[in-house]
Amino acid sequence: MPRIKVARKSTAIDMTAMCDVAFLLLTFFILTATARQPEPLPVDTPASIVKIKLPELDIAMLTIGHGKVFFGVKGQKVRELTLEKMSKIYGISFTPEEKIRFSLIESFGVPIGNLKQVISLDGDARNKPGLQTGIPADSVGTRASELNDWILQARYATKELNNKDMRISIKGDSKEEYPTVKKVIDILQKQNINKFSLITSLRAAEK
Amino acid sequence: MAELDTSGGGKKKGGKVRSKKQSTRVDLTAMVDLAFLLITFFMLTTTLAKPQAMDLAMPDKDEKNQQELTIADNRTMNILLGEGNRLEWYMGQASNPLAPPTVDGFGKNGIRKALIEKSKEVLGITGDPKKGLIVLIKPSDKSNYKNLVDILDEMKISNIQTYAIVDIIPGEIDLMTRDGIYKKK
Repeated sequence: MPRIKVARKSTAIDMTAMCDVAFLLLTFFILTATARQPEPLPVDTPASIVKIKLPELDIAMLTIGHGKVFFGVKGQKVRELTLEKMSKIYGISFTPEEKIRFSLIESFGVPIGNLKQVISLDGDARNKPGLQTGIPADSVGTRASELNDWILQARYATKELNNKDMRISIKGDSKEEYPTVKKVIDILQKQNINKFSLITSLRAAEK
Repeated sequence: MAELDTSGGGKKKGGKVRSKKQSTRVDLTAMVDLAFLLITFFMLTTTLAKPQAMDLAMPDKDEKNQQELTIADNRTMNILLGEGNRLEWYMGQASNPLAPPTVDGFGKNGIRKALIEKSKEVLGITGDPKKGLIVLIKPSDKSNYKNLVDILDEMKISNIQTYAIVDIIPGEIDLMTRDGIYKKK
């Protein structure tokens, strides 16, 4: 009686197809991923359970940390127009090149008098901790604070360009003392902005 | 996984030196491993990088004609945020609290219990689901931003619809100083 022979098969699997798929997905995710912008003022945001994502457009971000306030608005065109409006108010003129350079800065925190100097620096030097001292948030005499003007002009610029109301988000450091936050909220309320977002990181569900 | 050499042993006959026939297959296992690791990484970072936003609506503030809203004492809970991640809460008015001021902490073993309990109690009194507990959050100068976000988060967790951030009044600072969660300079 002849015995049935089981054919001995190789244990190696052909990985080529799997490899192809894996790299295809990898390429996709690398291309869709948005690179994280370097922040001049790193803050540690407090955690919360909310899961609403922040919109990408027409939003200004106020970063509060270590007693300083930084300001940034999304969209290069909006930034450029905001700077133009600010330069008119404060009587400081910027060259077209400076305006373009400014429109690439995600967030900044210097008094407008020092803004030229910051614009001329390159990315690395600009984000050095301690270089940018924060936007003055206190009003001087009858004149509203610089931060107030920045927010107001950015709102005008957003409305003009995109015909949308700008949203405001506050990104505060967990250790920040309340008076600084209150100062910023008061500025917003003076402009009749009563609704804004607080940026938080995700808290793991505690049971 | 090592590739098995199934080409059979060499029966070498003859004097000719033949170059060994090598397999053209490359072991892709390590490469696939790496690719999937990177995929996982990019997948997780793209979805988590977008920051979460907590919407906050402040009460209208009109400096010209200040309007004072009167709200029912028995529905009002005041939460005072003090220093050292401590808070103090009471019901009603500071001068005549309906529930005595209690020092508490944040989180599930702290204020949340009181919030849920009081919220039920108020609903029992009013009997109207629209007239729930009103929470007044009063952050003092000694509290930090995290405390504020934490307490707003508690509002979301305990499902309290009506809450507002209001300025603290001197009488309440005295109360917190008495209970040791606020140090005057």
